[in-house]
Amino acid sequence: MTNNLLTRLAGGEILVADGAMGSMLLASGLAAGDCPESFNLTRTELLSEIARRYLEAGADIVQTNTFGGSPLKLAGYGLDDQTEAINSAAVVAVREAVADRAYVCGSCGPCGHTLLPYGDTEPESVFLSFRRQLAALASAGVDVLCIETMIDLEEAKLAVRAAREVAPDLPIMATMTFDRIPRGYFTIMGTDIPTAAAELARAGADIVGSNCGNGSERMVEIAQEFCASTELPVLIQSNAGLPELVGDRAVYNETPDFLAGSAARILDAGVRIVGGCCGTTPDHIRALRELADRCAERKG
Amino acid sequence: MNVLSEIAAQLQKGDNNRVLELTRDAIAQQVPAAAILDDGLIAGMRVVGEQFRNHEIFLPDVLLAARAMYAGLEEIKPLLEGESIPSAGKAVIGTVQGDLHDIGKNLVGIMLRGAGFEVIDLGSDVAPATFVDAAEQEGATVIGMSALLTTTMPVMGKVVTLLEDRGLKGKIRTVVGGAPVSAEFAREIGADAHAFDGVSAVDRVRDLIDKAK
Repeated sequence: MTNNLLTRLAGGEILVADGAMGSMLLASGLAAGDCPESFNLTRTELLSEIARRYLEAGADIVQTNTFGGSPLKLAGYGLDDQTEAINSAAVVAVREAVADRAYVCGSCGPCGHTLLPYGDTEPESVFLSFRRQLAALASAGVDVLCIETMIDLEEAKLAVRAAREVAPDLPIMATMTFDRIPRGYFTIMGTDIPTAAAELARAGADIVGSNCGNGSERMVEIAQEFCASTELPVLIQSNAGLPELVGDRAVYNETPDFLAGSAARILDAGVRIVGGCCGTTPDHIRALRELADRCAERKG
Repeated sequence: MNVLSEIAAQLQKGDNNRVLELTRDAIAQQVPAAAILDDGLIAGMRVVGEQFRNHEIFLPDVLLAARAMYAGLEEIKPLLEGESIPSAGKAVIGTVQGDLHDIGKNLVGIMLRGAGFEVIDLGSDVAPATFVDAAEQEGATVIGMSALLTTTMPVMGKVVTLLEDRGLKGKIRTVVGGAPVSAEFAREIGADAHAFDGVSAVDRVRDLIDKAK
């Protein structure tokens, strides 16, 4: 797909991103505690299948299974020496499924360590870790990079800068996860939404927003605050509520209709890309697609 | 302001260098190590814990305060042993097998140490047998377990079962916590207590250790 993602957004288009990866993998045999990215070396046909299902549901943007694909994170499973293979296989698997019918989006989540002075990890090693992963994603041919689920603004900025450095011409999305406390929405590390929006933009993000969280109703408020805080296109990927344990399985309670109901308000706030996080399925994305199409008709 | 309230105040600011200096001053002034612990370090950490619980401060503030607390704690540790001050009790903690999320578990460790407990932190991805073996070997009376992933919560139940199998239930008690973990879940798996957050973890562990006495 020619890389016109930002042009389309500038033209007023609403885009739909895909839904969950992790909960889909768990449903397909990933054991709790196994490295989700290990499937990139062993089950690429499954990754293509998941991408195909999201494409068919109407996603314009389909993510790679590389959330934990930075070498610092992979080291927890002894897989850091396979960083390049793990990230590039994930891109190939999605590309095979979507060809040029959707943007292939390289996912990059937190490194799993706390930065100095609060923790024990040097910012420089975090930057280098992100850079290695993002370079692997970029050279395997992603259309867009997505730094996501960040709670530490410094870590998020290191990742965005690394993305800018290895992929100066690719669109970069950056999302953080916020909790509601009595005086508003903050990440666990204490960053509020206006600060996140401004700082992520300054670091080089083209699209900013929020993902995961505590259900789609709270995401409506987060979306409103983001849109009031930035001129950049805003991306919102809510989970399908907080999971509950039924037997040994995590069950998410928000139905596709419920999520789409929240997403309508999220789009009203001015958000340009909606998708899903934990617990969302191709059915949820189909509901978002229908919503986005209705919005386009109304405008058209 | 006396040296102990100054230690508590600098600890709350997260100034590890000042806390270390002041702890040395206090030792030089012949202040008993137990008083430095109780009225300086623990007093300061208690305020930090309450402020965090009330959302007045955020995680980075707690982590800096903890760094300051550890700076003082290391300094008085040999003296505490010399004064043969008994610890408030001993707990083994960890994030359960399959789960690498350790922010909450680390907070519990900080709060427990800040309340004078001895803590054996087994890290994350801890297997059931590792919890039980460590508690037995260390003579700990409490096992604290954390999980962030809904899918790893059942491991907590396996630890409880293992304690039963080894005839240790009642001697070694369990407290569970983490974002998806509810009091109801704790009851279902037969855990002895559920802690809503790091501050209440201290209260739960204290209750359980008192029961064991």
